[in-house]
Amino acid sequence: MNAFLNFFQPKRGVHPPEHKAESTQLPIATLPLPEKLVLPLRQHIGHFPKVLVQVGDHVLKGQLLAEAEGTVSAAIHAPTSGQITAISDAVIPHPSGLPDLCITLLPDGKDTWIERKPQDWQHTDKHELVASLRNSGIVGMGGATFPTYIKLCAESKCQIHTLIINAAECEPYITCDDMLMRERADEIVQGIAIAQHLLGAQKSIIGIEDNKPQATKAMETAVQKSAMQTAIVTVPTQYPSGDARQLIKLVANIEVPHDKRATQMGVQVFNVATVRALYRFFCLGEPAISRVVTVTGNVNQPQNFEVLFGTPLPELLKAAGGEKPNTTHFIMGGPMMGFDLPTNEVPITKAANCIIAASPALFAPPPPAMPCIRCARCADACPIQLQPQELYWFAKSDNFEKARDYNLFDCIECGVCSYVCPSNIPLVQYYRYAKSEMIAQDKAKEAADLARERNEFRLARIEREKQERAQKHAERALGAKQDSAKQENSTEAPREKNDALEANNHAASSDATTKTQADDAKKAAIAAAIERAKAAKLAAQQAGDAPKNMTPTNPAVQQEIAEIDARRQHVGLEKAVETNPNIDAEKQAKIAAAIERAKVMKAAKEAEKLEKEP
Amino acid sequence: MLGLALVLGLGLGYAALKFKVEGDPLVARIDAILPQTQCGQCGYPGCKPYATAIAAGEADINQCPPGGDAGVHALADLMGVEYKPLNAEHGAPKPKSVAFIDENTCIGCTLCIQACPVDAILGAAKHMHTIISSECTGCELCLPPCPVDCITMHPIAVTPDNWKWKYPIIPIRAVPLSDVKLKEAVN
Repeated sequence: MNAFLNFFQPKRGVHPPEHKAESTQLPIATLPLPEKLVLPLRQHIGHFPKVLVQVGDHVLKGQLLAEAEGTVSAAIHAPTSGQITAISDAVIPHPSGLPDLCITLLPDGKDTWIERKPQDWQHTDKHELVASLRNSGIVGMGGATFPTYIKLCAESKCQIHTLIINAAECEPYITCDDMLMRERADEIVQGIAIAQHLLGAQKSIIGIEDNKPQATKAMETAVQKSAMQTAIVTVPTQYPSGDARQLIKLVANIEVPHDKRATQMGVQVFNVATVRALYRFFCLGEPAISRVVTVTGNVNQPQNFEVLFGTPLPELLKAAGGEKPNTTHFIMGGPMMGFDLPTNEVPITKAANCIIAASPALFAPPPPAMPCIRCARCADACPIQLQPQELYWFAKSDNFEKARDYNLFDCIECGVCSYVCPSNIPLVQYYRYAKSEMIAQDKAKEAADLARERNEFRLARIEREKQERAQKHAERALGAKQDSAKQENSTEAPREKNDALEANNHAASSDATTKTQADDAKKAAIAAAIERAKAAKLAAQQAGDAPKNMTPTNPAVQQEIAEIDARRQHVGLEKAVETNPNIDAEKQAKIAAAIERAKVMKAAKEAEKLEKEP
Repeated sequence: MLGLALVLGLGLGYAALKFKVEGDPLVARIDAILPQTQCGQCGYPGCKPYATAIAAGEADINQCPPGGDAGVHALADLMGVEYKPLNAEHGAPKPKSVAFIDENTCIGCTLCIQACPVDAILGAAKHMHTIISSECTGCELCLPPCPVDCITMHPIAVTPDNWKWKYPIIPIRAVPLSDVKLKEAVN
């Protein structure tokens, strides 16, 4: 049934002229040590790594220069021994042509290795191996540059049953994977064994396009020699069958839904160069410091080179016999998905699989774009089965929400639509524009949401502080009121206390008994006074919430009360003087009375103030 | 018939109570369009008060310079009114910037901390202050209170991280006059 339906399906993808034969005539050559190496810190997808060296430091080959920081990040190692001469901004191979932070290394020519520690990967704990991989600097060498250790960590989350090795190399001109398989098949097969072991996958499949018979043969021989169960599947040469989802469908017949990852379907895909880097890391103890790069196009001697990361492009071009005079610019990556380099003074990075020298003969400037005639050839050719003509319309008119609805973010920017367009519309450029605008909008929205949250929190905090202040104020006011009430009540107590003391003194003076007896009596009297005061307070509380005369109503009344108090006090004191020869007791009573008076006055004043305030 | 009306009426009444919408959803939708700079250039003390004013019909939709033309378009779409260009009275749109404190000049007066609407300034009395640039909205509200004028606005630089692909333009090529004459001659 499927075959029947497939018959009516349009043939997806395209088959542009291959141009692969030029660069496969010569074997992979190793580039001589360049005069200086410029290592961009951003050679991968994710966070900036943390620089561990300083200007002036002498480093050895393979030494860690910057370590992975954050979840998605990759380390940078010294490709050779030498001295760090600068850590500063320099032009990086990026379509923007903007500078970014780079480490400049001046080789000392000795090429001294740091101590290499190969690992016995078959008998070591998997988690330990993956953890060590974090600072190996290995990223996806197919061009995506996604840190490899994260892809191998996936084991805990999803059970991977199939490991697919991407050796399709579907883009024209690029031959680095082809040559790598021809010459380093053994290393690749051992790398596959390591990756399969780490993932716990039951089977592994190598997908190779049928335009690489020599590579297929070399891989078959290597697989037989290693006694592994790896299957080699040749797929028809059709661009873009090297896309991970396309290759999974072709070799494993599993279609990954657009909202799922391949790992959720139990499949993991690695590029051949990546598994070879895995082999070199675990079996030889070498971190990622070099890669195979195809130099082709308008150069005198197209060839593949094993190049140290950070090698300036002119050195590489010199090794390829130099560019021909009519070279207009250089392309990094393939002619379909690559980008024009802003200048040729850029370093080779982990993503650089191919450098093409462009000339007007090879890459003619595109003819002027004509209006879209809605022929839907792009829709027939789109490997993701999107509607490029609709997306073009939305992207052109900045109708981003609609573009999102039509799944613009599923577009892999393979360029097939632009290739087949009879009106020569640069469709992918419109999609890239729309995508980066949408990403910027999403980021702005996120920032706005954060700002709103922070602003709301700030306003809430100010409001809360205001309320707290008001509450504190109210509490203090209430406390003062209660205080004054207490004091009005307790004014009775000291008087009684005074009486008790007086009585006690009377007793002491008249009876003239022993001192201990007097003390006991004193204590008893005090206790009695306290009891009486408590009882009075309780009675007052029971009678009402507060005594009615607690707050003096007006200053005149207040003054009167104060005067009466003073008189009472005066009389009491005179009495005490008359009756009591004990000066100490008199003094004490005086002081107590004064304190009481002051307290009453203060409380009254405060109460008055509070009454006025609201 | 009456019974049915009664049942439906009760059902509706219950639904109105049960699914009552808290707050004004229109204000929230307007607020979502506004850039949350909290700069007050619109004449209101923040984005939310401005959104409330638009919803109440007290404010016009073209008073937000940081939102730019795109913001006015979005508001016009939402409110179902005609688009109008930004009102120049409220200022012109500027490239997005973040505040920067010259730490040598800062005297630690905390006035800017009190002015910042999003708490993006860190510091204490008599200690140097600094901007948390990832939280700064570029509202410029910290500039006027600074007694020593140590705060400046820095536009956000373009890096490979935030760089955007340009809108594809077909470059216009100058055709030499001789070519044109040649063509005319052929015709």
